[in-house]
Amino acid sequence: MTSPTRMTLAEARDALAARKISAKELVEAHIAAVEAARPLNAFTFETPEKALEMAEASDARLAKGEAGPLEGIPLGIKDLFCTRDVPSTAASRILENFRPRYESTVTANLWRDGAVLLGKLNMDEFAMGSSNMTSAYGGVENPWRAKGSDKKLVAGGSSGGSAAAVAARCVLGATGTDTGGSIRQPASFTGIVGMKPTYGRCSRWGVIAFASSLDQAGPMARSVRDCAILLRSMAGHDPLDSTSIEQPVPDFEKALTGDIRGLKVGIPKEYRVEGMSEELERLWRQGSNWLQAAGAEIVEISLPHTSYALPTYYIIASAEASSNLARYDGVRYGLRVEGATLEEMYDATRGAGFGHEVKRRILIGTYVLSAGYYDAYYNKARKVRTLIARDFRQAFEKVDVILTPTTPTAAFPMGEKMDDPIAMYLNDVFTVPASLAGQPAISLPAGLSAEGLPLGLQLIGRAFDEETVLRAAGVLEEAAQFSAEPAFIAAA
Amino acid sequence: MLVDLSTVRHIAKLARVRVEPEQAEALVGELNKILEWVEQLDQLDTTGIAPMTSVVERSQPLREDIVTEEDNSEAILANAPVAAHGFFVVPKVVE
Repeated sequence: MTSPTRMTLAEARDALAARKISAKELVEAHIAAVEAARPLNAFTFETPEKALEMAEASDARLAKGEAGPLEGIPLGIKDLFCTRDVPSTAASRILENFRPRYESTVTANLWRDGAVLLGKLNMDEFAMGSSNMTSAYGGVENPWRAKGSDKKLVAGGSSGGSAAAVAARCVLGATGTDTGGSIRQPASFTGIVGMKPTYGRCSRWGVIAFASSLDQAGPMARSVRDCAILLRSMAGHDPLDSTSIEQPVPDFEKALTGDIRGLKVGIPKEYRVEGMSEELERLWRQGSNWLQAAGAEIVEISLPHTSYALPTYYIIASAEASSNLARYDGVRYGLRVEGATLEEMYDATRGAGFGHEVKRRILIGTYVLSAGYYDAYYNKARKVRTLIARDFRQAFEKVDVILTPTTPTAAFPMGEKMDDPIAMYLNDVFTVPASLAGQPAISLPAGLSAEGLPLGLQLIGRAFDEETVLRAAGVLEEAAQFSAEPAFIAAA
Repeated sequence: MLVDLSTVRHIAKLARVRVEPEQAEALVGELNKILEWVEQLDQLDTTGIAPMTSVVERSQPLREDIVTEEDNSEAILANAPVAAHGFFVVPKVVE
């Protein structure tokens, strides 16, 4: 049998069901892997005892024939999800001692289905970043290295800990959240699969809010099938989130038929951005050839407002963040720095508790929402967002799915782009438009750069049509046969 | 230049975030750069376009106006930096 940490989630599930391995053995192997991977700084908090307890309960249910769809599967959870009595900090000093007394709906769904918590995963502070370097716990190291180089690379962000832990084989899967690319970009940087479902598919209840009109939870794992399995458990209507949609959750795994004959795949010409590398363009073309060879029809399409997506995103996301983060006031939870008056206490608490990038976005958000600027910035951005969503609606009248690269480059060295916020934001140029429009989108590893680093392709689908996205992704995955492994793997 | 030092201080005050003097200086440059970059949106004519409120096109769901939670003040106060007698404690706000 394959070593427990080398299995995919689907293989582990089948091995557990066939009683070839116990949940305890599977979880113990992963606890060792989490320890071995400490140099990556992927975890903010490890929960080995809880994991063993949950594994024992899983073994009992497996023995009784009462196993859930994820019974005994060890997962990592991004630290943005509230987990009952387990630190949940959003990688911010302002929440360093926060232990929620409740469980987020998405994680509760995972435990309901039998999954096991290995620990909480590092991320950019409040999910604001594309490198994981803004975390109060420090950056996450990408397990990959460029050929012939020892330079440490970023794992991407904001779900960088999730991506690194999955890539280094410490967890069988992880949760991420995606506001402008925070699942897809780190998935691309680490050679794994990550999916942002349609806005409204997964409940946001108990997910620490960044930009509520954009935030969406999703799965990160080592195969398209594993993401399909995780998404089925994570998704579902929740009365506690008024934007969660009352739609039945399909068995996403069943969508992986491998048959995409007649599928119309759109190639948006506006994504051929200036300065795109030759190798990325080649990979994109290769992806479209693979889909065509499997019977899909390739259609050139236009998403005319693409180049306006990033500035639109930064106005809307910062505005919502400045409003959401107003709750950190030193009164109800988290850090408190005393002051002589209430106002001084607020100022001191928030000044000490938030990192620089978070402060910058709060200030931008406050500015664009302030009297005299609201129309010029915030309302303008909301109007452009309408146009961007319309681009997608019109495109999906002609095609079933859209193929693009996930990121403009492969992973970059830790510490780079830190002094230029706009250069950092450009990481999300291909992922932000789908976020603004609420479409489901997946990133999967499709090849290696000349430096030997993973490059991802993105598939974007119609709202609530994750099944078509997954089906097409399954075909791409099969064609790409991506089998390269990172320089660092946690355990045998 | 769209924002100067006094604007940065003013929005920091509105946002209730203490910004150290040297941080404020750096933020003037950073905020201007970001705001100049987002100004490209002005190239687009958005006359007659409705601002988006949500990507989910649906009416607000309503529920019965009934109490759904029991008294859980202990859990609510459990993470308070300072709590006493079942209340959050804040610095004195009235003389």
